[in-house]
Amino acid sequence: MSLEHYLVLSAIVFGIGMIGVLIQRNLILMFMSIELMLVAVNINLVAFSKYLHTMVGQVFVVFIMCVAAAEAAVGLALILSFYRNKETINVDEINILRG
Amino acid sequence: MEQVAFYILSSIIIISSLFMITRKNPVHSILWMLLTFFSAAGIFIQLNADFIAAIQVIVYAGAILVLFLFVVMLLNPKTHGFVAVPFRNIIGVVVVFVVVLEILMALGSMSIHGKYGNITPEKLEALGSVKLFGTELFTNYLVPFEIASILLLIAMIGAIVLAMKK
Repeated sequence: MSLEHYLVLSAIVFGIGMIGVLIQRNLILMFMSIELMLVAVNINLVAFSKYLHTMVGQVFVVFIMCVAAAEAAVGLALILSFYRNKETINVDEINILRG
Repeated sequence: MEQVAFYILSSIIIISSLFMITRKNPVHSILWMLLTFFSAAGIFIQLNADFIAAIQVIVYAGAILVLFLFVVMLLNPKTHGFVAVPFRNIIGVVVVFVVVLEILMALGSMSIHGKYGNITPEKLEALGSVKLFGTELFTNYLVPFEIASILLLIAMIGAIVLAMKK
């Protein structure tokens, strides 16, 4: 398999995740779409790491996973405390910062 | 054989992620996402990244998805899916199509200029990818590794503080 196959796959998955972020109205599902985009980035990094005969890409994938885990924990805690105050996680109804 | 496995895995990834972003029930989309992550782990195994495939299953499919599932069960959100404003959905899909087309066009005219490393396939065969990965992580990337652990600690404390009742 050539490098381009993996890059095209990762571009398509990234696009699907981006569609999810743009069209979903549910905060949790938007978060999950962001995780999908991160998986696409990981595929890209690992593919380059194989075809350039190096291990640096895989090391960076580990750091990305670490950041994704931290992001999921903090983000879900934020969603939880927001739901406790406002009883909704629909993005269209989250507008208290709109002047 | 390798090509057949690649095409099967990538079509599973694409189809299940499409299902994931279009389900109305959040629990269904989490289960579709689980399938996506498992097939991504298969892709990683194809790319000689055994350790990455293992932590993909353990961290993503094991930990993060269970966290999402917990929050969905806890909140029981009344989702309207994505049918609220169809016009905005069309704009979003068009924007993403343009971006993906740009990426694919850039790929078409791409040539790799990177410096080749010293992990040749023969070395990979002799030592195994996990050992080479560990050597790289704990020699050249030791300080970022420690900083990542501090980041995880801070995120843990932050999540506890944010979710705590006043």
